[in-house]
Formats: sequence, structure tokens, C-alpha cells
Amino acid sequence: MSKPLRIFGFLFSSLFPVQTVFGNQADSSQIPNMFKPVSTPAHSIFHLSLFVLAICGLIFAVVFSLLVYSIVKFRRRAGDDGREPPPIYGSNQVELAWTVIPVLIVLVLFLATARVIHAIQSAGKPAEAIEVVAIGHQFWWEFRYPGLGVVTANELHVPVSDPAHPTPTFITLLSADTDHSFWIPQLAGKTDLIPNRVNHTWIDPNETGMFVGQCAQYCGTQHAKMLLRVYVDSPDQFKQWVLAQTQAAQISDAVNEGRHVFETTACINCHAISGTVADGRFGPDLTHLMSRETIASGAATNTHENLQLWIQNPDAIKPGSLMPAMKLSERDLAAVTAYLETLR
Amino acid sequence: MSSTTSAATSIELKWELPQRGHVGMLSLIAAELAIFTIFVVAYLFYIGKSLTGPFPKDVLELPIFATICLLSSSATIHFAVKALQNGKVRAFGTWWFATMALGFIFLVETGREWHHLIYEKGLTISTNLFGTTYYSLVGLHAFHVTVGLICLGITMILTLLGKVKQSHSDRVDVFSLYWHFVDVVWIVVFTVVYVIGR
Amino acid sequence: MASESIALATVQEVPRPIGSVLHDWVVTVDHKKLGILYILYALVFLVIGGIEATIMRIQLIVPHNNFVSPQVFNRMFTMHGTTMIFFVAMPILFGFGNYLIPLMIGARDMAFPRLNAWSFWLTAFGGLLLYFSFVGANGLYGAGNAPDVGWFAYAPLTSNAFSVGHSTDFWTLGLLVSGFGSIGTAINILTTIVCMRCPGITLGKMPLLVWLNLVMAAMVLLAISPLTAAQMMLSLDRFLGAHFFDTQAGGSAVMWMHFFWIFGHPEVYVLVIPAFAFASEIIPVFSRKPIFGYPVMVAATIAIGFVGFSVWAHHMFTVGMNPYANSFFTITTMVIGVPTGIKIFNWIGTMWGGKIRFATPMLFCIAFLFQFLIAGLTGIMLAASPFDWQLGNSYFVVAHFHYVIVGAILFTLFGAFYYWFPKMSGRMYNESLGKLHFWLFLIGFHLTFDSMHIPGLLGMPRRIYTYEPGRGWDFWNLICTIGVFFQILGTAVFVGNLLWSLFKGKAAGNDPWDAWTLEWSTSSPPVEYNFAQIPVVRSRRPLWDIKHPEDPDWKYE
Repeated sequence: MSKPLRIFGFLFSSLFPVQTVFGNQADSSQIPNMFKPVSTPAHSIFHLSLFVLAICGLIFAVVFSLLVYSIVKFRRRAGDDGREPPPIYGSNQVELAWTVIPVLIVLVLFLATARVIHAIQSAGKPAEAIEVVAIGHQFWWEFRYPGLGVVTANELHVPVSDPAHPTPTFITLLSADTDHSFWIPQLAGKTDLIPNRVNHTWIDPNETGMFVGQCAQYCGTQHAKMLLRVYVDSPDQFKQWVLAQTQAAQISDAVNEGRHVFETTACINCHAISGTVADGRFGPDLTHLMSRETIASGAATNTHENLQLWIQNPDAIKPGSLMPAMKLSERDLAAVTAYLETLR
Repeated sequence: MSSTTSAATSIELKWELPQRGHVGMLSLIAAELAIFTIFVVAYLFYIGKSLTGPFPKDVLELPIFATICLLSSSATIHFAVKALQNGKVRAFGTWWFATMALGFIFLVETGREWHHLIYEKGLTISTNLFGTTYYSLVGLHAFHVTVGLICLGITMILTLLGKVKQSHSDRVDVFSLYWHFVDVVWIVVFTVVYVIGR
Repeated sequence: MASESIALATVQEVPRPIGSVLHDWVVTVDHKKLGILYILYALVFLVIGGIEATIMRIQLIVPHNNFVSPQVFNRMFTMHGTTMIFFVAMPILFGFGNYLIPLMIGARDMAFPRLNAWSFWLTAFGGLLLYFSFVGANGLYGAGNAPDVGWFAYAPLTSNAFSVGHSTDFWTLGLLVSGFGSIGTAINILTTIVCMRCPGITLGKMPLLVWLNLVMAAMVLLAISPLTAAQMMLSLDRFLGAHFFDTQAGGSAVMWMHFFWIFGHPEVYVLVIPAFAFASEIIPVFSRKPIFGYPVMVAATIAIGFVGFSVWAHHMFTVGMNPYANSFFTITTMVIGVPTGIKIFNWIGTMWGGKIRFATPMLFCIAFLFQFLIAGLTGIMLAASPFDWQLGNSYFVVAHFHYVIVGAILFTLFGAFYYWFPKMSGRMYNESLGKLHFWLFLIGFHLTFDSMHIPGLLGMPRRIYTYEPGRGWDFWNLICTIGVFFQILGTAVFVGNLLWSLFKGKAAGNDPWDAWTLEWSTSSPPVEYNFAQIPVVRSRRPLWDIKHPEDPDWKYE
């Protein structure tokens, strides 16, 4: 990238940490900042955006100055004689100039943009790519890895991609109900999940870490809390994660009572736990629930209290979500929570 | 004001602008064409996409007779307008009645076709994408024919009561624009539904 | 000169019983009264829409706030958007057009006065139907829900499966009904301008406001109809089990988007072109110069009208269209920036070499120029589709379009109010209060909408009733909400000023601004039949010709 653009980029993106002074806690990896890209599509967009911002900034500076100049210089002065100024009806040369120059600017902008459109949308899929199928639901994310036999929800794990030997993740986007949109600004631009339509996106993060995003197409009452987390793991971490996810559910006699409650109430209509009778697909797969840091698609951290609250009164966490209040007795609630907490 | 007028009277100003009725009707027609275009686009887009039958080639028959009736009514209304412009109110009434009759036959034929499709072929608006797009497009057109028939009917009554005169020829001409539009739309609908879509 | 109109206006008016006055207004077919009815109707809904916005902004002032539930918030953004576009912006612009066009072209009324009345009452009824949803609309979830599907009501969220009860139907039917009213008014405006100009007003001599309303009316005819069609289709789906947008039966959710945006994008030009019209009348008068480049302004507007129908899918860059489609809509969207930019340059050219008077109407138009420049530039940013893949559906877009609708359209509307209020009421408004309104509103507008861009750039999507703390959005949302209160204050000053001036303002006379178009030759307010004698004109500035007989415009045009 050219030096002036880099300087401009540095100045521009350093505008944003300013608000962390006023905002709350948060290490900056929690800020879904498109100006700190870690993946190729996001990088391409970032560079294009700097170019576009620079041109728009230039246009703004010129026109703004003309505006300020004209209202200052041509204001009616105090001792004005009241005569009308000479009426100028127009000027063909001037009109031509301010038509041709914008047309040229548009041409340049368009060419730069078209390159990026094709680079991102027509990218080939290498053989080492990880394939994920993301299915949008009201109000959670289902992630399946067909090649690896993994089914999980809400928290996506992908391996970091070394630019020398890329291992990108190619995501097929489907929807089970209404429109949604998959958006993690540091990884890529957003792409919608539309029922009866197959969309695609891809990411190749070159840094490990956790990156946040959320659903970006209004999908109903709890659109606001359909949050997204992408964990970019090192190759070893990713292998371990896949291994753990492909195990069947842990069975422990200590929680037999809880498992019994789970398997004889409506839970199994919506949720699946592999290796058991529970095979509902309407809600998230719970086989490895405890491997996730959050529940309710990011609306609450995965703690004992939140888990109990979510089961007993989901409206306290996410009013309008499709999880029903289970109305279990105190004993059943404690038992089933204990059972769920063994599902690592 | 007076100085402008006096300056102007020394200039010969021929000032003739288009007629309100015609411009207004053409504007309405433009808006209506836009509505029909959207229904036609939906029809074309959904050709072949129904997940279940019945399918067009199984159930649709070319409505030749109805089409001839409707398109002829454009000719009869043209003659009606011409007659009134020449002051021949009786001839106008006859041609006007012919237009109404032909339009009415068209509607009856459409009704018969729908009866056949619904009760014998099991195709309704909620059956599949074909049913949805077919009934909505043909139905929208039939609705416009119906509105036209009502206007034709009111005019017919006024004619029989002797209230329609040569000075009204402009107004019937404006209405005839609407009727021609209905016919043109039918040509498009016919092509899309019975030719392309079958 | 206009002595005949003045003489008639000084005839003593016997005070009439209020019932008779109200009856007059209800049955009127006079374009001036209907224009005022449209404007008053829109002002009421402006306040209601503003309350809806305020509720949203209070909910968003801090993360995880509990001011309203998500269900209520979702109804608020749906109703706010729908109200502002269909029951504020469109009626108010139709209102000004209705009032001014016949006066500016030397006609006595619109082409179809009864159609005019019918259109107004239909539009008004549509709004009431929509708002009835707050009390009607029993669904499974209890009595009274307004629609909550967003103002663009994407399928399949609007299907029976995902929108139970009738809230969506109130949206569909309310807009369907008022849409017919809009088409009626558009037919009227177009026919009036084409067929009823007084002698001498050729197409090349019409005031720019008239030209721009002609283009706007033509666009309405072609743009509202796709929405009408789509709403008919949605109603068929919801009431008769049709499958237009039923994805389970093979229907297409994207098709709704195409149909909606084929309406939705030209619609925003329908809204902004009359705003350009106000600026094009006000800026010349307060710069004391004719508009710079009249033919180019007309050509640019026509270009915007045409190109505006080719850009719609820039609202759909994220739905997964192929790269060629994305490229096509990118270039058309960028291209439309050219005629739009040309207009800004021409307004600057108008002020250039003039003697600018900073009365309240001009202040609002100057702010419009700065703000529309910024709005246009953020639009260019969004036009670059990969950039839109980040910015789309975020608060950056919300900031962009509010910059246009509030910063450009509402500001020129305020300017238009102050400029033509003396003509409509016969009284001058209070200039100091006008300036106070301006500064309060300017500060509030910038606090709210400048800061709104930043959460968008930092990943905050739109239509969310709450947000996570620590994403860098908190501070900017706070500033954004604070700005709302300045705008409320400014608006209160505005309404107060108009009301007070209506009764206590000093007499305005025919032509308080020393302006040049025909409406300033009538009395203030004009008599019912506008002109005792139909005028004959020779240039674009007939009153300039009268005031400067030694140097008339028609020698130079």
C-alpha cells in the first residue's frame, strides 16, 4: 500500500481507540473494528475503504472551502447600497468542468471497487479449506462442519491461516426461517442468510484470538442478541477442539436424575445430545454445551446461575427468544442443570 | 401585472397546451402499467419453479375466443368515439353497446376458465407458485376489465337517457384510452401466460 | 399591478361560525386549502414520529437499557420509519407542491380539484389506518400491536408464520391506501404542469420548483406502483394463502427485496427532489441572483430521475448477488452522484458574486448545502459495494440517510416554511425565534447524526433494541441521544413561532422577500381564485421584469 495511504490509514484508525477512554472496560479485541482487519476479505475492504475515504475527503475539503468562501465573501455588507448584483445566468465552460471531473473520479473509484468485488467474490477454494455450513435460526447460529463431523452452535472455531500455506474457512450460508446476516467486521464483510437460497463467504484469519460480531439483518424480536463469536485457534488447538467436538456426549452416573429429566420433558423436541434419544434440531445442539463460553447466542456467559435462569425463565435474559420457560420444579431444575454441566 | 400584459399583447402568443383529460389518463395508465409489469416479472421469474403440480401445460388452454372478443372491443370503442365526434349519437350508442357486450363475454369466459381450473383441475391461488402467479396476474387484468365495464355501463345508461352529446366526445375518448390500455395489457398477459409460460 | 387582488382582500370579513369554517375545510377542493391540510397533517405526524424516535434513543442511551421491551422497540423503529416517509415527508412535499404550483404557473387551481381532495383524504385515512394498529390488530399475543417488521418489511418475516395477528396487515393496507392517494396527487401535479401553464410559461420558463415537481410526479407514478404491487402480493400471501414470498413453497425472499427497492430507491429521490426545489427558489432570492445554470439544473434533475431507477440493488449488496450485478449497481450508484454534485456546484454558483442575506430561510438552505454534501459523500462510500459489505445495515447507513432526510430535506423544508409562511398566512414570523430554532436544531442535528456514523464504522448493526457494552459504541450512542433534546427544543420553538405569528405577526404584504416568481404577485394569503386576470409572462422571473423594466430577464435568457 502506498505510503500516503498508510499514513492516512494510521491516522484514521487511531481515531477510534479514543472512545475506549470514555467507554467501559473492554480490551480492544472486543471492538468489532473493520479498520483492524485480520483476514484477507477484511483487508481488501480496509484498503479500498481508505482509498474511498481519501477521495471523499478531498472532495469534501474542496467543496467545503468553496461553500465557506462564498458565504463569507459574498455576504451583504453593512453599508450596502441596495443595488442588485449582476445577474449571471450560467457558464458552459464551468458546467463542463464540473461534469467531466466528477465523471473521471467516478471512473477511478469504480475501477478500484470492481477489482475488490471480484477478488473477494471469485476467490477459489483451496483443497485445504475448512468447510462450514452456517444455518441461521431465530435467534441463534447453527454451525456444521460436514467434512469433520462437527455440529455446534453460536461459537465458531476456525484454524488460523498461514499466508504461505493458506487454510481458509469457506462458509456456506443457509437459513431455517427468516433473513439473517453473518457479520464479523474484522474477518469479512457481511453476507446474508436467506431461506431458500445458498450464499457463500470465506475468511482466512492470520491471527489467533476471539473476534466478535452479530446478526446484521433484522430477523425478529431478539435480533439484537443473536451474537457471534469466532475463535481463531492455532492448528493444534483446532485439532483438539475438533477431536473433543466429535466425541459422543459424556455419560456420568452422578447426573442420572438430570438426564432422566432432560430426556422425559420437552427438551428433546428442540435439542440434540449425540448418543442419546435427544435429537431435536429446532434449538442448539447441546452435546458439548460446556465447551462454549456463552449461552443464548452470546446473550449470557455460560455460568451455573445463567444456565438455571435460562432454563427457568429465558425472558429474563432474552425476552422474545423461542426458548420456552420450562417451569420445572426446583429439584428438577437443579438436576437437569447439573446434567448439562457435564456435557463438555 | 399590467406592464407585463401590455408588453405581451404586442407579441402574438399562440398558447395551446395538451388536454387535461388525456394527460391525466395517460399518467394513470403509466402507473398501472408499472403495477402490471411487476406482476408480469413475478410470473416470468416463477415459471418452472413450482414444487408441485398442476403445471401450466397440463391445465391451460388458449383462450382464443375470449381474446378475439376483447381485442375486437378495441375496434368497436374506436368506432363509437368516432361516431360521437361526428355527432352521431345513435351510432355511438350501438358501438358502445357492442363494446360492453364483447367485454362482458371476455369476463364470462374468464370466469368459466377459472371454474374449470378450480373445480376440475384443482388449481387455486394457494396450490403452488403457478396458481399464485396465474390467478393474481389474470385476476388483476380481469379486475381492470370489470372497472372498465362499470364505466361503460354508466355511460350506456346515460346514453339511453339521452344525456350524452357530441360535446362529450372528448370524455369518451379519454375513457377509450383506458379501454385500449386494458387490451394491450391482455396481449402481454396472453403472451406471458399462454405462450411463454406453457 | 396586483392592485385588484389587494382591493378584494381588504373587504370586511364577517366572522363565521366555527362549524361553517370547519365544513369549508373538510369539503374544500381549493389547492391552497388542501396544501395546508397536507402540511398540517404532516406536522402532526412529524411530532408523533419524533416521539417514536425519542423513545428509541432513550432506550439506546446506554447499553442493556430497560426503558422499553424489545417488542416495543421493534414497533417503534417500524412505525418511525413508515410514519416519517409516508405520513410526514410525502404529504408535506405534496402539500407545498399543491399550494405553490398553480400559483407559480399562473393557474387558478390544479387540473383535477376533486381528485386532489380525494387523494388527500385517502392519504390521511391510510395514516389513521396504520395508527389504528396500536389499538386494534389482535394477534395471538394480546390486543394492540403495531407492525414490528421494519419499514421495509422483508419477507418471510412478514409471512403469517413469523408475523401472527394483523399488525403486518395494518402496515400493508395503510400504505396501499395512501399509495393510491399518492398516485392521484402525482397524476394531478403532472397534468397541472403540462396542461395549465399561463401564456408565456414554456417548459423552459417554469420556475425550477415546478420543473422539479414535474420530475418528482413522474417518478411517483412509476415508483409507488411497484410497492403497491408488492403489497398486493403480500396481502394475497397473508389472506389467501398465495406463495409469492413463501420460501417453503419455492418462493423468493429476494424478490420482495427487489420489488421493494425498485420502489424504495426512487422514493428517496421523490423526497429529495422537492427539497432541491425549495433550495432552488430560496437561494437565488437571498443571494439576489438568478439560479446559475437553469438548463443544466433541469437536465441534472431529469438525469437523476432516470438513473434513480437503475440503482435499487445497492440496498441489496449483501444478499449474495454475483460480482457482475454488484459491479453494475456500484457504477450506477456512483454515476448518480455526478448530476447531484452538479446541482451543489450550481447552487454555489448562484451565491457566487451575490449579496447574501442571512434570513432564516437562507440559513436553513446554507446548512442544507453543507449537510447534503456530506450525505452525498457517505452515499458514495456506501456505493462501493465491498465497503457496503461492512457498512451496510449498520448505523453508518442510518446516519447517512438521516443526513439526507433530516439534514437536507427537513432543513430545506424548514426554510420553505419560513419563506412561504408569510404568503400562506399574510403574517411575518418572528425572525429572532426563527434564528433560535435554526441554531438549536443545527446543534442537535450534528450532535445526533455526526456521532451516529461512528458506531456504524465500529460494527453496530441497525434495528437492535440494545447492544453489548465495551464494543466502543457506548459514548457515541450517549452523544447521539443528547442531540435529540436540542432538536426537540428547536422544533418546539418552530411550532411556537408559527402559532404565535399566525395571530400576532405583522402583516407581510404581497412580497416581503422582494422575490421574482408569480406567487409573490398575489395577495398574502391569495384570494381563492388566485389571479383576477391570468398573467402573461416572458421570462423565468416575471416579477423581476416588472420591477426592472429597463433590464428585463427576457433579454438575456
